[in-house]
Amino acid sequence: MLLSLVKRPEQSKAMVYVSPIIALGLTLISGILLFQIMGVHPAQALYAFFVDPITTKYGWAELGVKATPLILIGVALSVGFRAGVWNIGAEGQLTLGAICGGGIALWLYQVDSVFVLPLMIICGVLGGMAWAAIPAFLKTRFNANEILTSLMLTYVATLLLSLLIHGAWRDPDGFNFPVSRIFSDSATLPIIWQGTRLHLGWILTIAAAIAVWVLMSKTIIGFQIKVIGQAPKAGRHAGFSVNRTIWFSLMLGGGMAGMAGLFEVAGPIGQLLPSISPGYGFTAIIVAFVGRLHPVGVFFAGLVMALSYLGGESAQITMNLPLAVTGVFQGLLLFFLLACDVLITYRLQFKFPVTSTRGSKHV
Amino acid sequence: MKKIVIALVIVLPVVLVGYFLLFKPEIPEAPDAVETNVGFVYVGPVGDHGWTYRHDVGRQAIEKELGVKTTFVESVPEGADAERVIRKLATSGHDIIFTTSFGYMNPTAKVAKQFPDVKFEHATGYIRADNLSTYSARFYEGRAVLGTIAGHLSKSGVVGYIASFPIPEVVRGINAFILAMRKVNPDAVVKVVWVNSWYDPGKEGDAAKALIDQGADIITQHTDSPAPLQVAEQRGVYGFGQASDMSAFAPNAQLTAIIDNWNPYYVSHVKAVMEGTWESTDTWDGIKSGMVDFAPYGDAVSADVRAAADAVKQSIIDGSFHPFQGPINNQAGEQVVAEGETLDDGVLLKMDWYVEGVQGELN
Amino acid sequence: MYDILIAAILTIITAATPLVYAAIGEMITEKSGVLNLGVEGMILVGAVCGFAAVHFTGSATLAILAGLGAGAGLALVFAVLVLGFQASQVATGLALTIFGIGVSALLGQDLVGIAYAGLPKISIPLLSSIPLIGPLLFNHDVMVYGSFMLVFAVAWLIKNSRAGLILRAVGDSHDAAHAIGYPVIRIRYLAILFGGGMAGLAGAYLSLAYSPLWVENMSAGRGWIALALVVFATWRPWRVFIGAYLFGGLTILQLHAQALGVGVPSQVMSMLPYIATIVVLVLISRDINKIKLNSPACIGKPFHPTS
Repeated sequence: MLLSLVKRPEQSKAMVYVSPIIALGLTLISGILLFQIMGVHPAQALYAFFVDPITTKYGWAELGVKATPLILIGVALSVGFRAGVWNIGAEGQLTLGAICGGGIALWLYQVDSVFVLPLMIICGVLGGMAWAAIPAFLKTRFNANEILTSLMLTYVATLLLSLLIHGAWRDPDGFNFPVSRIFSDSATLPIIWQGTRLHLGWILTIAAAIAVWVLMSKTIIGFQIKVIGQAPKAGRHAGFSVNRTIWFSLMLGGGMAGMAGLFEVAGPIGQLLPSISPGYGFTAIIVAFVGRLHPVGVFFAGLVMALSYLGGESAQITMNLPLAVTGVFQGLLLFFLLACDVLITYRLQFKFPVTSTRGSKHV
Repeated sequence: MKKIVIALVIVLPVVLVGYFLLFKPEIPEAPDAVETNVGFVYVGPVGDHGWTYRHDVGRQAIEKELGVKTTFVESVPEGADAERVIRKLATSGHDIIFTTSFGYMNPTAKVAKQFPDVKFEHATGYIRADNLSTYSARFYEGRAVLGTIAGHLSKSGVVGYIASFPIPEVVRGINAFILAMRKVNPDAVVKVVWVNSWYDPGKEGDAAKALIDQGADIITQHTDSPAPLQVAEQRGVYGFGQASDMSAFAPNAQLTAIIDNWNPYYVSHVKAVMEGTWESTDTWDGIKSGMVDFAPYGDAVSADVRAAADAVKQSIIDGSFHPFQGPINNQAGEQVVAEGETLDDGVLLKMDWYVEGVQGELN
Repeated sequence: MYDILIAAILTIITAATPLVYAAIGEMITEKSGVLNLGVEGMILVGAVCGFAAVHFTGSATLAILAGLGAGAGLALVFAVLVLGFQASQVATGLALTIFGIGVSALLGQDLVGIAYAGLPKISIPLLSSIPLIGPLLFNHDVMVYGSFMLVFAVAWLIKNSRAGLILRAVGDSHDAAHAIGYPVIRIRYLAILFGGGMAGLAGAYLSLAYSPLWVENMSAGRGWIALALVVFATWRPWRVFIGAYLFGGLTILQLHAQALGVGVPSQVMSMLPYIATIVVLVLISRDINKIKLNSPACIGKPFHPTS
């Protein structure tokens, strides 16, 4: 028996919603196998992963806190990926956003004004954009591949942050430890759900997702991006500028990554540290694709991804499972989610005869 | 095909529900209220063979000696995630929580405020509260012993020091090392290479090679992996182990090793919680209490060098010698600590300058 | 000074070798039109399996093969997902990294703290006693020689062999290649497996020779550097080789500069290799036509024979 894919005449509407459910089901089944092999009670482990983190109000809020940078960056990156712009350095742009926005907080630490926070957000966005402008400039002017430039700049950004926090921006009262001052109240994002850490950034993230949705589905820019991504030649014939698309994608990605970085330091962290992101800029790339490069999809993908992180912590605490198991399980979850999307455009066909269509009729 | 998908969609939930009914998800019982439960937050994986590994050895000692249940969460990023993990440990019935990296200071303090009935202990920080202790080890005392050995055994008088990040802890170690070494060999110098990582075996090894190539005949390190010692072994020079006895990796090259020995501290403080005698304390212990321990001397350390090293150890234990007692010159050769004076803990805690004999600038 | 120079170059060779393996492998994968961002994960799995093999069997040969096999095995997962199920290459590659880090940590739980002496050096008689060239070229472990030969072989095959021609054809236009009758999917499977195997060898080199031990996450981002090097090299094997040595060289150079006491903050020094890579890329990218000639046009795009 052979399993093969046959293209559907048109995309299956039902599968758009059903395929994630199938993926989840397959993940649960393979999870049961994995945990059985590991010698832990599968039902308990799955409960720890998917349910335990959100049994409390605080847990739900944490889901939002963890998902905020993932969704914010994922939504922005998905625009670039649609245009065929491979910005994989969002992590660096996030870092620069934190540096620029956080720098404002340190500079104005004695100022108690409602304008501090907006200024920080603006500078955070500008910082991320500035960092993304380098690959954009090098790509449009010198044809330098943005995969390399944006990735390399991520390392530079991390070292830059390290340089500042180990030097000039150290907390003067902090015994020369590598931390900045704690941001003042007016430089900290307001909490929107009392008793939790859910901050204003969550609302702004949802707003940003909606804005991108409108941009992509209702505006001419969104149309241009889609055309250029799918058929650059046709786009050029229609008079769309490839360079402008590159700039736009990178500025959007960089700006929103910068904002995400600022939200981290002005939100749950509350100061500048040598490490501010556990790789959100990279994880957001997965989130963008699991969300099928659509803002709504990215929103849910971000939540699922965030839940899997919280679940990993919970599994360690309640089940004493090592972190490595979380990585394996997360990998499986993502594999299934990504693979099942094939059902939207293809259907599975079970075939019994010997010949396969692939590669059998050739020289 | 459609039928197959529909069948899948129906069968999957049935199988899963059936599974969960068969193997009822006994929700992991909350840790026993009567028993003492101990939580640990680690910054690296337990398999780092360095800092986190040694804390985990301490955790295992608690389980073995006191028979209590312990929980750990590994590789918790020092950022927004730390607070959630610490809080989760506090809400899931843990009576005492050890947070074992400097970057957890503010999150630990925040959570400690919210949970006055839970005891917290933070390693290497300086914020304390009624239910929040701090603890750290005077590793510089150990460095002074290593420096003494190096002074006797280095023919070139040049020692290579592989350092992680320019924080006071590391700078203090470098200074203590060279001060002790110059007591034996007044012309000795130490060359420092910062690898900007706690944990990159390849780069640490490369740094060791570079230092040896530039004339260092003894290597010492303030990074986690045994790679520098392996290089020393290959190149036929000497070195010191870090955090654990690393003689397995360098049977000829390891002269001795500083061992982070948290076991007695952890056991006694958990015991205090069990007996209801726990109090908030500020611990900075050294060789005397055994927190800074040593591996057996390697064969290359001759009897008289052993005697000299033991004498330094003994004088530190009985208080007749302090690694930072004057006279101490700064890099420019100016005396900064006069004969008969000793740098106090306040100065040592925030040390950000090199003493005479260290090559290179500290930014 | 002479000795320092030789020693420094030897250090550069060991630092560059894992990058050469991983980047050459990824280059072949990309030449076939597939972008696999999971190099870091494959390196780690190769590293842990290589180390486990040498620990349990004592055979360096088996260890190297184990690294190769483990990397290829993980790559097979990727291949099935992106070729069989048309999953997004970028996202699947990143997920593969998460998966690989987890799997390697799981497999390596009991290997932490175990020592291995390292791959033996093989001096080539006579040649190794030539001054300067001898120690530089003819006194290495088998995997360093292997990396030299790999670059030679891949460079020759791509340029001169029928296989290389087909590979390029598939990567440049899978539709055209399919129309001519090349088995696009099968070729891509092979290219991905080759890429994984080479990443696995890079990992085996890390845990068997570079720093012969196993600790979690020991690749410390080298998979990402390898990815960048492929782009840097504009998909040409000799440039991959040069890029790996340039990157390794600058890393070692900055360590030497620090040891000499250069008064520049270490963070700035550590930025050097990354910035230099960007600068060089900009310089060689200016001629757009040269790049176009080598870059696989179909990279990242899914292919299905019926479409």
